[in-house]
Amino acid sequence: MTSPRIRIFGGRLIDPCNNVDGPFDLYIADGRVAAIGDAPDGFAADVELDATGMCVTPGLVDLCARLREPGQEHKASIDSECRAAASSGITTLCCPPDTDPVIDTPAVVELIRHRARQVGAARVVALGALTPGLRGVHLSEMAALQQAGCVGVSNAGNPLGSTLIERRAFEYAATFGLTVFLHADDAALSADGCLHEGRVSTRLGLPGIPEAAETVAVARDLALIEQTGVTAHFCRLTTRRAVRMVARAQFDGVPVTADVAIPYLYFTDVDASQFGPDYHFIPPLRTAEDRTGLLQSLRNGTLSALCSDHQPHEPDAKLAPFPATEPGASGLDSLLPLTLKLVEEGHLSLPDAIARVTCGPARILNIPCGELSVGRVADVCVFDLNGNWRLDQHTMSSRGKNTPFRGWEMRGRVRYTLRGRAPAPRDPAR
Amino acid sequence: MSGANLQIRADGRLRHFLSIEGLDRRIFTEILDTADSFTGVAEQSVKKVPLLRGKTIVNLFFEASTRTRTTFELAAKRLSADVLNINIDVSSAVKGETLLDTLRNLQAMHVDMFVVRHSDSGTAHFIAAHALPHVSVINAGDGRHAHPTQAVLDMLTIRRNKGADFGRLTVAIVGDIAHSRVARSQIHALNLLNTGEVRVVAPRTLLPADVESLGVKVFHELREGLRDADVVMMLRLQRERMQGAMLPSEHEYFRLYGLTDEKLSMAKADVTVMHPGPINRGVEMDSQVADGPPSVILEQVAHGIAARMAVMSMAMQQNIQPQAND
Repeated sequence: MTSPRIRIFGGRLIDPCNNVDGPFDLYIADGRVAAIGDAPDGFAADVELDATGMCVTPGLVDLCARLREPGQEHKASIDSECRAAASSGITTLCCPPDTDPVIDTPAVVELIRHRARQVGAARVVALGALTPGLRGVHLSEMAALQQAGCVGVSNAGNPLGSTLIERRAFEYAATFGLTVFLHADDAALSADGCLHEGRVSTRLGLPGIPEAAETVAVARDLALIEQTGVTAHFCRLTTRRAVRMVARAQFDGVPVTADVAIPYLYFTDVDASQFGPDYHFIPPLRTAEDRTGLLQSLRNGTLSALCSDHQPHEPDAKLAPFPATEPGASGLDSLLPLTLKLVEEGHLSLPDAIARVTCGPARILNIPCGELSVGRVADVCVFDLNGNWRLDQHTMSSRGKNTPFRGWEMRGRVRYTLRGRAPAPRDPAR
Repeated sequence: MSGANLQIRADGRLRHFLSIEGLDRRIFTEILDTADSFTGVAEQSVKKVPLLRGKTIVNLFFEASTRTRTTFELAAKRLSADVLNINIDVSSAVKGETLLDTLRNLQAMHVDMFVVRHSDSGTAHFIAAHALPHVSVINAGDGRHAHPTQAVLDMLTIRRNKGADFGRLTVAIVGDIAHSRVARSQIHALNLLNTGEVRVVAPRTLLPADVESLGVKVFHELREGLRDADVVMMLRLQRERMQGAMLPSEHEYFRLYGLTDEKLSMAKADVTVMHPGPINRGVEMDSQVADGPPSVILEQVAHGIAARMAVMSMAMQQNIQPQAND
């Protein structure tokens, strides 16, 4: 089957990677970007997509999305979440290794890739486990995981047994040029905490997670990154002090990047004041000062990616007293609209905002997408910047309906999501 | 704030009793007045009033308790209610039905009130949010969050010993504030009654972050904290705090923060000493103090029944009235 030749015309083309922002048509042939602006010689489009009044951007790359398969299919599946991604303008999803079984063997990587290919709605890349079973004791077969297609390695939210194991894991990963994805958390300090340690946790009597749980881990990790020379990425930083430490390291030339997840830019620990389980996150929502610091660092580029940190749950997972609920929110549906809202609120320019969800994460994952350079895979998102809709259980495509943004007005309606080929099916509810 | 809209009915009356926070002074004073009126019941030859006759109250305890459960049971019985005690060990490894399922099953048996204790903060709020419209929920302690009936009995005890004008009182709360739901409820109650000065006295390991934001003055030295105090409220020290590196030893704790007659001499001459029980003699306080004239610890226990009768009957007021007519 040959791919149709596609012309997307009339839109505002934004490709931050190439500094493109203007009224350009996009030409796609053989599933790849054929040209921007003027049609290549002899190009006859099989499909013409009218993007008048809309934005045409690279398909979104989500740095962290739990698909819940294998292991927790009662929450969601690769099928359900890849379709949700496609209807939300996301063409690439990165899946952390904390599935069940853990992504610590090529077989699990293959299973995930196979399922994703079957669905065809979005590309799924996986992070391999840094240690078998994420137990933090031995090194996983990273070379084999890399060969199977893992784009990096991580111990997800699980602690490593010691700084020595961490050092060896970094060295071994560096041997193969694998990026380590770090969840900065000192397990002894965060212990059984479920909310930022501060006024609110004191008032509610909830065990707190101090800021130092993150900063101590970042300090230790940075020392070992410098020692070993591994390329590292800090996932979901939540405190301004930790981000400042990363900014300093970047300034010093340490090969380290960092991202932030959407909820941390909109909420603080105060939002959990009524024991609302939708505000239960790990790491926890922090203070207003932290939120301001994160927004600043997102603007200046210290945080080069913005992700959904998608964690779909079945309703029962949130139907319990706050500490007993499962943390995290379903975020695929709201990634683009809430990124655009940051533009509306004046935190980022539109091209910068798009960069944080396209070429920013793609660079961190070191994969050739998130841009519309000629010859690249034509992953494209076409959306109406002024299309408003309401986020609720009917408009959400993800199987997980757990979100603190329920009832919010969303800005930005996805019209087409292309993965090289013709537009992927779109949820008619939106 | 927490539970504000949950625990008060549209007409301003009590629907649930979940936390002191969210109550206004009027309703809290009404609770104290009601509790005061119930203190007489125990002295009657028939220790019962028929207020909750025909009502079923479930003591739903997910955490071990003898004292609190017993006083709730006695309070319910003195109000002529039928009482069912259910103890569920959530710490056991076997995961049973969900909390919500437990709740639904009991509600299907047409109970009228839940008295809930659970080790997770927010449990009483959660149950109240999911209870049927006619069912009231009383918080008998949730995690480190709140133990509001304890605060009622403590305030009642202070009021009966010191009078209703809390504005001229200095109250010192001594001990493990960080892990104490009792302390949190006491602090809110004292501030609700405009207490002159509320102090907390503890080493930094036993104080929660930003404790000043609760409206207290912090002391690390017991003698300083007791200076000219009218009321001293001691807290129970859990033995596991030594394992968690909160404290070096019971011995050092007693030396620094244990209440002795000598340290108590810093307080006002007519000082009142309180403790929610059970006491660790020789850890939180000397036996001489616990059994001495300033101690009102046993009075607190008696007030505990009256306080619980008060909130139970007030939360069920709406349900009682139609019956009174027939």
